[in-house]
Amino acid sequence: MLENKDYKVIGTRPIRHDGVDKVTGRALYGADFQAAGLLHGRVLRSPHAHAKIISIDTSRAEALPGVKGVVTAKDLPDAGDKVADLGEGAVNLKHLCDNILASDKVLYKGHAVAAVAATNPHIAEEACTLIDVEYEVLSPVLEVRQAMEPDAPLLHEHLKTTSLGETADEPSNVASHIQHKLGDPEKGFAEADVIIEREFVTGTVHQGYIEPHNATAHYNADGQLTIWCSTQGAFTVREQVAEILQYPISKIKVVPMEIGGGFGGKISVYIKPVAAMLAKKTGKPVKVLMNRADVFEGTGPTPASFIRVKMGATKEGKLTAAQGYLAFEAGAYPGSPVGPGAMCIFAPYSIENVIIDGYDVVVNKPKTAPYRAPGAPNAAFGSETVLDEIAEHLGIDPLEIRLMNGAKEGDRRADGPVHPRIGFIETVEAAKAHPHYSAPNGKKHHGRGVASGYWFNIGLESSVTINVNADGTINLVEGSTDIGGTRASIAMQAAEVLGIPAESVNPSVVDTNSVGYTAVTGGSRTTYATGYAAYEAAQEVKRQMITRAAKLWEVDEANVQFADGEFSSINGKEEQISFRDLCARLGETGGPIVGSGTVNPGGAGGAYATHVVDVEVDEETGKVEILRYTAVQDAGKAIHPSYVEGQIQGGAVQGIGWALNEEYIYNAEGEMTNASFLDYRMPTCLDLPMIDAVIVEVPNPGHPYGVRGVGEVPIVPPMAAIANAIYDAIGVRMTELPMSPDRLLKALGKI
Amino acid sequence: MPIVAIPSLLRNLTDGEESITVPGATIREVIDNLENRYPGMKARLCEEDRIKPGIAIYVNGLLTRGSLIEHVDADAEIHFLPAIGGGVADTLH
Repeated sequence: MLENKDYKVIGTRPIRHDGVDKVTGRALYGADFQAAGLLHGRVLRSPHAHAKIISIDTSRAEALPGVKGVVTAKDLPDAGDKVADLGEGAVNLKHLCDNILASDKVLYKGHAVAAVAATNPHIAEEACTLIDVEYEVLSPVLEVRQAMEPDAPLLHEHLKTTSLGETADEPSNVASHIQHKLGDPEKGFAEADVIIEREFVTGTVHQGYIEPHNATAHYNADGQLTIWCSTQGAFTVREQVAEILQYPISKIKVVPMEIGGGFGGKISVYIKPVAAMLAKKTGKPVKVLMNRADVFEGTGPTPASFIRVKMGATKEGKLTAAQGYLAFEAGAYPGSPVGPGAMCIFAPYSIENVIIDGYDVVVNKPKTAPYRAPGAPNAAFGSETVLDEIAEHLGIDPLEIRLMNGAKEGDRRADGPVHPRIGFIETVEAAKAHPHYSAPNGKKHHGRGVASGYWFNIGLESSVTINVNADGTINLVEGSTDIGGTRASIAMQAAEVLGIPAESVNPSVVDTNSVGYTAVTGGSRTTYATGYAAYEAAQEVKRQMITRAAKLWEVDEANVQFADGEFSSINGKEEQISFRDLCARLGETGGPIVGSGTVNPGGAGGAYATHVVDVEVDEETGKVEILRYTAVQDAGKAIHPSYVEGQIQGGAVQGIGWALNEEYIYNAEGEMTNASFLDYRMPTCLDLPMIDAVIVEVPNPGHPYGVRGVGEVPIVPPMAAIANAIYDAIGVRMTELPMSPDRLLKALGKI
Repeated sequence: MPIVAIPSLLRNLTDGEESITVPGATIREVIDNLENRYPGMKARLCEEDRIKPGIAIYVNGLLTRGSLIEHVDADAEIHFLPAIGGGVADTLH
């Protein structure tokens, strides 16, 4: 599938620039940070899922030897009714602040209520036990449909449902209602020969990044605040901390340390402002680390959801109408990813008549955070399972029905905009042609399933600066956290422009004072947008280098051309100089060269994936074994194919975990009972076969090299693909995630 | 003239019309002209002098930064949609 005829660097597989430091353990993570006089912070968390805070008495903790400071919500500036502009969106400031340290109510078990700084972590932990909090315990609301009932306990007395600019009169746990409508769904269903309608439930799932959250903060004597931390976006940390503390962004510097996974979960801030508050109170640098239980209970998972899908088709297999109802748990404060879920649910298909309703609902669980294609996996579990059932009902091959109805350039999405050039059809064709799909699949209790998925990807702002070195290398300065090999994929795009090897680029991810504004590493945007900025910066360097060559040869710039790393003069003098040799002559031709690029591109292009999976179901134990897995994805143009394959494999594996095992298990009081990796079961390499990643390349017209984001869409198809495979194996349609052994046995009527 | 796709939740203001052709060279002008024809539209889309936080603007299929000063071509197709959120903010564009 991969074509590389036009490129020297793009499409190759150089060793990543940060690889040696990481495999030798020399890379510095947030927990490694040390400073003279460092204090250690610890957060006290609520034991209740829903309660009013009557009082907080910190006097006993403050009296403990070694304790240097205690903070509560009273130490935060008054949020009032302000709306905080986070650059990437707006948020109610009181909600943002209350999620950092609760002021009047706790809304989930694990909700932070106070924090201590002490001379060592053990004293800080002991001091937390000496903080006296008096609660009035309230009934928790733990499930989305329960929360939507008119008589459900309210989390927020003043929260009212908004519907595209209109606000309801009465308070509710439903924060917002969205709707997309295309064509005439009633007419479309009337034209259908077969209509399938099913209901689906998905569990609360965590991103499961291995490195817990961490932050160290320090105020200089002049009021300059520096925060060293693990984050997917140093600039969004700066914005969030500035809003929460009501402190100027010019006085905050955020230094991103290496990151041990994020998957969306390290965009929101939790302990970073707390570390800053403790640093201010004590006058010392303060480090705050989470443990695994803190991460599960005190940070944002992706939501549980209830989804109803209805689809209709003619007997020939043409989809005539679709209806989706999506109710997502936002957690304690509004802001679930129901919007993207509603946007993505039917996006692989060209359907003329569609209606989609989405509801963002608060419940007594941690405020949700982004997780890889937020909302889309929940939605696709419903739509791709129902489509499979329609195909079975009509006796049509499940990939064939996807080809028949697949969205193409010019087709209109249910939410309105028209698709640009997309590669959905190509992923289905590649899956159909793959040897996996034609391999024998007839053994008892073995089954094969397929599913597809869509993620829209985003652009947003990125900045890159390139400094040219005298030895023919360049230093590339960027602000994008490198989670999945993006130092390499960004460096390669600059190298391609300048005709130099990827190894001649020294990429650095720097702090917020050292590079132009750059949005988060999220939305599958980094190789696309920061790569685009690197391309622009390299083009600027190239232009300046041409000027220098013209000066050197005393010719007009128009008479200098650049190709394959060589400058040459045309129309007259026959001169030639390599990029490297010209770099050595910058001093005599005018001094250093610095190129910069800033972008805010709107053409991220959509990403599609189609997965094929074989499973074996043990009817005695309910265990589902993944026998073979093939994941096909349109990458637009794979800059570094190894890291594209890595993203595809990683996304598929996280989807397998979501499908089969992962969920927050709550008791009636709203306590998570499995807040450790022993009990929250993520798949390991022992549970999985090799994931066969197949890259399809349908170039994105919105990027100079055709790049599409690749990080998120591979998590969208696995749940439905596995559910469809389970059905093929044992004839039971699973409609609840995870499809764990107990649910399998219940579905089989064995328990 | 630009064509504005009316979101289903706003069609009560347009007597059910799904798309409207209105003059305007910027989003601001388009909204002002919509307001002239369908009173109440501006209050649903804007607060003070900016687009409401929960609303995203697509022009010709591309997500914009949601600014009222955004230029639109004469043949532009404009969509006002619920802002897509990933779970960080109430409305993460």
